[in-house]
Amino acid sequence: MIVGMDAIIREHRFFAGLDEPTIRLLAGCARNVVFKSGQYLFHAGEDANEFYLVREGRVALDVVTPGRSAITFQTVGPGEIVGVSWLLPPYKWMHDAHAVDPVRAIGMDAKCLRGKCDADHDVGYEMMRRFLPVLVSRLHATRLQLLDVYGKPD
Amino acid sequence: MLPRSSGDPMVPQVARVVASRRELGDVWTLDIDAGPSGFPFQPGQFNMLYAFGVGEAAISISGDPAKARRLIHTIRSVGKVSDALARLNAGDTVGVRGPFGGGWPVAAAEGADVVIVAGGLGLAPLRPSIYQLLANRDRYGRIVLLCGARSPNDILYRSELEEWRARLDIDIDVSVDHASPEWHGNVGVVTTLMPRASFDPARTVAMICGPEIMMRFVAIELENRGVEPARIYLSMERNMKCAIGRCGHCQFSSDFVCKDGPVATWAHLRRLLSLKEI
Amino acid sequence: MAEHDRQVVLSRDGLEALVGALRAGGYRVCGPTVRDQAIVYDEIDGIGDLPAGWTDEQDGGHYRLKRRDDDALFGYAVGPHSWKKYLHPPRRPLWHATRGANGLGIAAEPEPTTRYAFIGVRACELAAIAVQDRVFTEGAYPDQHYAALREGAFIVAVNCGEAGGTCFCVSMETGPKARAGYDLALTEIVIDGGRGYLAEAGSDDGAAILALLPARSASDADRAAAEAAVAHAAAHMGRKMDDYAGVRDLLLANLEHPRWDDVAARCLTCGNCTMACPTCFCTTSEDDSDLAGSEAGHSQRWDSCFTLDFSYIHGGSVRASPKSRYRQWMTHKLATWWDQFGSSGCVGCGRCITWCPVGIDITEEVRAIRMTPGATA
Repeated sequence: MIVGMDAIIREHRFFAGLDEPTIRLLAGCARNVVFKSGQYLFHAGEDANEFYLVREGRVALDVVTPGRSAITFQTVGPGEIVGVSWLLPPYKWMHDAHAVDPVRAIGMDAKCLRGKCDADHDVGYEMMRRFLPVLVSRLHATRLQLLDVYGKPD
Repeated sequence: MLPRSSGDPMVPQVARVVASRRELGDVWTLDIDAGPSGFPFQPGQFNMLYAFGVGEAAISISGDPAKARRLIHTIRSVGKVSDALARLNAGDTVGVRGPFGGGWPVAAAEGADVVIVAGGLGLAPLRPSIYQLLANRDRYGRIVLLCGARSPNDILYRSELEEWRARLDIDIDVSVDHASPEWHGNVGVVTTLMPRASFDPARTVAMICGPEIMMRFVAIELENRGVEPARIYLSMERNMKCAIGRCGHCQFSSDFVCKDGPVATWAHLRRLLSLKEI
Repeated sequence: MAEHDRQVVLSRDGLEALVGALRAGGYRVCGPTVRDQAIVYDEIDGIGDLPAGWTDEQDGGHYRLKRRDDDALFGYAVGPHSWKKYLHPPRRPLWHATRGANGLGIAAEPEPTTRYAFIGVRACELAAIAVQDRVFTEGAYPDQHYAALREGAFIVAVNCGEAGGTCFCVSMETGPKARAGYDLALTEIVIDGGRGYLAEAGSDDGAAILALLPARSASDADRAAAEAAVAHAAAHMGRKMDDYAGVRDLLLANLEHPRWDDVAARCLTCGNCTMACPTCFCTTSEDDSDLAGSEAGHSQRWDSCFTLDFSYIHGGSVRASPKSRYRQWMTHKLATWWDQFGSSGCVGCGRCITWCPVGIDITEEVRAIRMTPGATA
């Protein structure tokens, strides 16, 4: 089982280039998860105990505004990650996430991973190096969305 | 009737609208009878359409170059002239001058992978090149079409996109900026589709059309992927009045966008697009 | 045949005969005349309409007519008008549309048949006409209207004997002596206390008409007087454009120089410079329709890159700030013009300086950027 997890992690784009000891270390925090189409991975406000590396299918990230229907602001596909709130206190999800299609993913135990990052800063640095570009590109994408570039001009 | 007689390029020819259909809330497509001799044009070129008593607007040609009898324009009603044009019905007449400007490098892209990125109505000026690419499918490597739209209701030519998707010899991906959870497609800016698209950057020609800021981000992304800036083509939008480089309105540094463009390479535009208000 | 062999001297009567011959030849003769305390271009009946005994005082944002202490006919620099008002009229109908039961009908406006004769075209203005010739008659879509007017025009150049306070043709290498592009060139000289006009033909038409006029052969003294007059003008330029051919690269390398903010703080974006400039060619087009809605006219009229509308695309203007609009005007005139038409768009006439209400000086703006190239805000 643990050997199988190694291989799965090694294949995922997010972990490309990681050395073997680190892969084995991370595998200890990982599990295989599947979600049915429409099933929620998590809801806003819940503890961010686990984040996901999508292997198949797509996950939609939604926000719900009272009085309005939910709005999907991003979809995440194979090779990408779902969830960044586990990185920083208070470790709470800020949005909902649901499977658009049947989703297979690696679930990473956040507490376990945070512990390993704290214990071995080299591992922590590797993880940050991989998360930061994701955060930055999502920030850029969000800015573009905010501009509403396709919107009808006033 | 059409095409233009050898006369003054500033004087429109009169043509008849044969069909009008609503594409999106404020977007209409006019089919114009191009007459027995047709209206030859290059993908990416535009016409000046004249609405009686109101004025002219530059509108890209969005039909199939192989079907020259029908001149097709997709128009978003955003101003006095485009409102009047969008309101035209079958049987009405319209003034047409053109075609103007330089088009997409469809012939030059033979042998290459072709990545087409359209934002919003940017698909309209790209559609003629898609028709040509698909008509000569064996001359190209992979063909990727990435479309961005504001919401699922704002996706242009949606049924045609479905038809193309069914062909399997063109990879089509669509993303919207935001959607309700019922939407089963991608959500996110069009650039987020890029990492999932499969093409060989070293042998890719890219054609991008959409809002300027979107084109910039897409071009940067393509360049980061390794596509040569001289092989990334953008279609510029500026205020075009005369369409023949005489009125000065569409100047973009040394270019008259109407005649030196509207299509130009990222290598040519890159620096200027990074400056404000050029 | 040496150039000198064709030089003759006209008296004022000879000059009057020239105007008469041109009128008799079917030309609409236009020249400088005094109106509203300025020297403007208008149709003239004879040399009596010319600004005899007037000169002008020009500086940044400043223009005054002054009496000369002689009765020279051409003793001033250029005024607010330029010949583009005839060759590239401020408003020009392009077509006429009608709407009937069977839809639209569109008819082009007829090409002009007017043949103009321009009296008193200065060297900088010949250069400006040559610039507009390249704009309108070269390339894939020559402007037939302009070409017809230009083809029909008879040009009587006058070499400058006085330089204006904002003139800088010497540094633009366009004057003050007419070198090409004229049918006749005159230099106003003083002979025995009176005024004469050393004349030479620059074309067959010019030579033909000159042969009809009462004139005497030019002497070495006449030629020396003419050369002295031009040399006097050349030595008294009020402004100077340093290294005009290097301005293109300078400006394009300094598109974000802080000087653009500085000039924007002074510029009123009124567009006077573009109206007064003899090479500015931009136009917009507009429709006018009758109340019944059955007829519409479509015209072009001069436009200015200083308006917000100029760069409007749905959603807003590309050049919203005054800074960007001034920069557009000046970089077009002095830099991108080279790329588009193979020359500077500036001929050194100084009109933009004189007629700027706040006296912005294009030569000074270039100098300021050149003093601190590479500076950024």
